[in-house]
Amino acid sequence: MKLKFFTVVLTVGLMSQSAAFGQDFVQSGTAPTLPQREGKEIYNAICSGCHMPDGVGAVGAAAYPPLAKSDFVGSKEATAQWVIKGYKAMPPLGDVMDDEQIAAVVNYVRTNLGNAYDDEELTAAEVADIRTW
Amino acid sequence: MVDHISGMTRRGVLTMIGLAAGASAMYTAMAGMGLAGTSNYKGPIKLEGDPKGTSVLILGAGLAGLTAALELHNAGYKVQVLEYREKAGGRCWTLRGGETYTELGGFKQEVKFTEGNYLNAGPWRIPSDHYAVLDYCRRFGVKLEPFIQQNYNAYLHNSQAFGGKPQRFKEIQADYRGQISELLAKAVDQKKLDGPLTDDDAALLVESLKRYGVLDENLAYVKSDATSIYRGWAKEPGGGVDAKGEPSDIISLSDILQGRLWQDLITGESIDHQAGIFQPVGGMDMIAQGFEREVKDLITYNAKVIKIEGSETGVSATYVDSNGGTAEKTVSADYCICTIPFSVLSQIEHNFSGEMTEAIDSVPYASSIKVGLEFKRRFWEEDEHIYGGISYTDTPITLISYPSNDYLSKGPGVLLGAYSWGAASYQFNAIPAEERIEIALKYGEMIHKQYRDEYSNGVTVAWHRVPWTLGCYGEWRDQEAHYDNACKMDQRTLMAGEHISYLPAWQEGAILSALNAIERLHKIVTAA
Ligand SMILES: Cc1cc2nc3c(=O)[nH]c(=O)nc-3n(C[C@H](O)[C@H](O)[C@H](O)COP(=O)(O)OP(=O)(O)OC[C@H]3O[C@@H](n4cnc5c(N)ncnc54)[C@H](O)[C@@H]3O)c2cc1C
Ligand code: HEC
Repeated sequence: MKLKFFTVVLTVGLMSQSAAFGQDFVQSGTAPTLPQREGKEIYNAICSGCHMPDGVGAVGAAAYPPLAKSDFVGSKEATAQWVIKGYKAMPPLGDVMDDEQIAAVVNYVRTNLGNAYDDEELTAAEVADIRTW
Repeated sequence: MVDHISGMTRRGVLTMIGLAAGASAMYTAMAGMGLAGTSNYKGPIKLEGDPKGTSVLILGAGLAGLTAALELHNAGYKVQVLEYREKAGGRCWTLRGGETYTELGGFKQEVKFTEGNYLNAGPWRIPSDHYAVLDYCRRFGVKLEPFIQQNYNAYLHNSQAFGGKPQRFKEIQADYRGQISELLAKAVDQKKLDGPLTDDDAALLVESLKRYGVLDENLAYVKSDATSIYRGWAKEPGGGVDAKGEPSDIISLSDILQGRLWQDLITGESIDHQAGIFQPVGGMDMIAQGFEREVKDLITYNAKVIKIEGSETGVSATYVDSNGGTAEKTVSADYCICTIPFSVLSQIEHNFSGEMTEAIDSVPYASSIKVGLEFKRRFWEEDEHIYGGISYTDTPITLISYPSNDYLSKGPGVLLGAYSWGAASYQFNAIPAEERIEIALKYGEMIHKQYRDEYSNGVTVAWHRVPWTLGCYGEWRDQEAHYDNACKMDQRTLMAGEHISYLPAWQEGAILSALNAIERLHKIVTAA
């Protein structure tokens, strides 16, 4: 009887697990960087926590500025620097992404969310350089 | 503070610890680095002397603001508090059934917990060396009960080891200790160890390791009644016929090492987590309510401060209604104690000095996530004999904490189903609330198969989405450069709060910083 009960639970468990959910998750503590590699996925794995899905921003006692239709992201260097070092309430995020990931997310933000900056893409090598500023 | 680990910033070291030891250990590690420690609370503050009708404006009604309000009011000051929220307490905050919580981005959660159940969204533990918090609990009659941190019957779980099967803490603890004792005892016994030991001490060390590691006559840690007393039995002893206990198999040192289950063995041993930790009966905000009972009339709620202007003679603050109001009101006082988190303050218009502005702008707040899950029955107690305490896992949820209250009760119970930091927490913050709960269920069921069947409802607080803190606690970019400046009186404003203390991310730090600020303020006022 007890055995049967557990079999049922297990099946239900596996079923809902395979109802695949959104994104891959980093293992707690053991992996320092996010598992995502593509700009959009990276955006939705970290930036959207504060700047919100679609970059619309949010307002409470203080605000997260919108990244949608943003003049700021016109500068890829400034955007990369903000991501690496943070600024005021934006924490430094350079530790949870490698150079390629940072380049990918910066390029994504500059060409999506209502932004269309069509100058040269930011490269991982440039990100490595900006880290030293 | 002196950086005593050469060639590395403290932050760098903390990150390393975070990587090596699991994000939860990061919090713990702070204790060893002077970032957390025993409180210097000296007993109830005595503000003697006449404040001569001096008025003080207090910004923020978290524990720092409430402490300042209560003590200054008692000392005869005219006090007014401006608070963004509809209630006092700030991060000292408990969610119960029937309440709603709307996070930044507009996602609104209705808490559906059964009556009596709750989630402490922020603080949940009070170490017994946090003398100030305990003293206010005593003064307000806040009832405390033990918080179980260490439970030898809870689990250690590595999804990549032991076939993903969680191991009981007591088994790993006893086997790890036993086998390293065996190694050391044999090495010493066979004189293989160069060391400063005299023969006498060597003999005593072997004797002590025999006791400490539960070793046999041959200095071996083996399957036996003796070791089963510590690691648990294969078959539990009982009464009457056929009831003799059967000793259990030992987990090899190699498996423990490879499985990295040594990771969280000492998490519960830091001074912040040693036994003698408490939680308020009914929820952490019982402390906030204790304060609020005394100072409620002094607080203007739903007041979003948007501008602070100091001068040589006073301070004024302008606020609007928090719920989207635009009508501005300005209040002023002779002095100001500002406890608004620096994350928020960095966006408020002010005329503080350049030094103070730099300090305010250099404190982003850490990421953290809590998920509370209510289950139809307390299966962890009924099926697995886990009463309170914490299971640790390498999955993104970091841990599962079992309620330290209402043991054996028949109804639903609430687990803390995720409490993470760092990259995993950023990810939790970035996804919709209902997905956070799904993730917590997905990883939690690796440890408890009953999860899906027994799940009832849940609520989650992602701290970067909390509208009035933008994060969990202040992390100074360069504390050495800015902290002292942040403590100085700027014209007539003093800062206070968790971030203005060397016990950051603790309620004790918030209270101590407020007591220190008002003590300094009172000296200035009474000397004038
Ligand atoms: C996840 C988590 C776990 C924790 N665990 C523990 C624990 O186990 N034990 C422990 O002791 N501590 C713990 N802490 C730390 C503890 O909660 C804090 O240190 C303490 O509560 C901070 O108090 P405070 O008064 O400094 O700040 P807050 O409580 O943040 O008070 C600041 C107040 O200012 C208000 N405010 C903000 N902006 C404005 C504005 N523009 N106008 C007006 N008012 C404004 C806010 O609404 C808030 O009420 C934890 C914190 C978190 C987030
Ligand atoms: C923990 C919250 C948080 C996260 C996560 C976060 N930001 Fe920010 N970000 C902020 C805050 C707060 C500001 C505003 C700082 C200020 O100027 O006061 C900001 C500002 C910015 C700005 C400047 C915008 C402007 O108009 O001033 C850019 C660009 C930016 N962020 C990009 C990003 C990108 C890209 C990511 C993801 C890789 C990201 N942020 C993740 C909190 C965050």
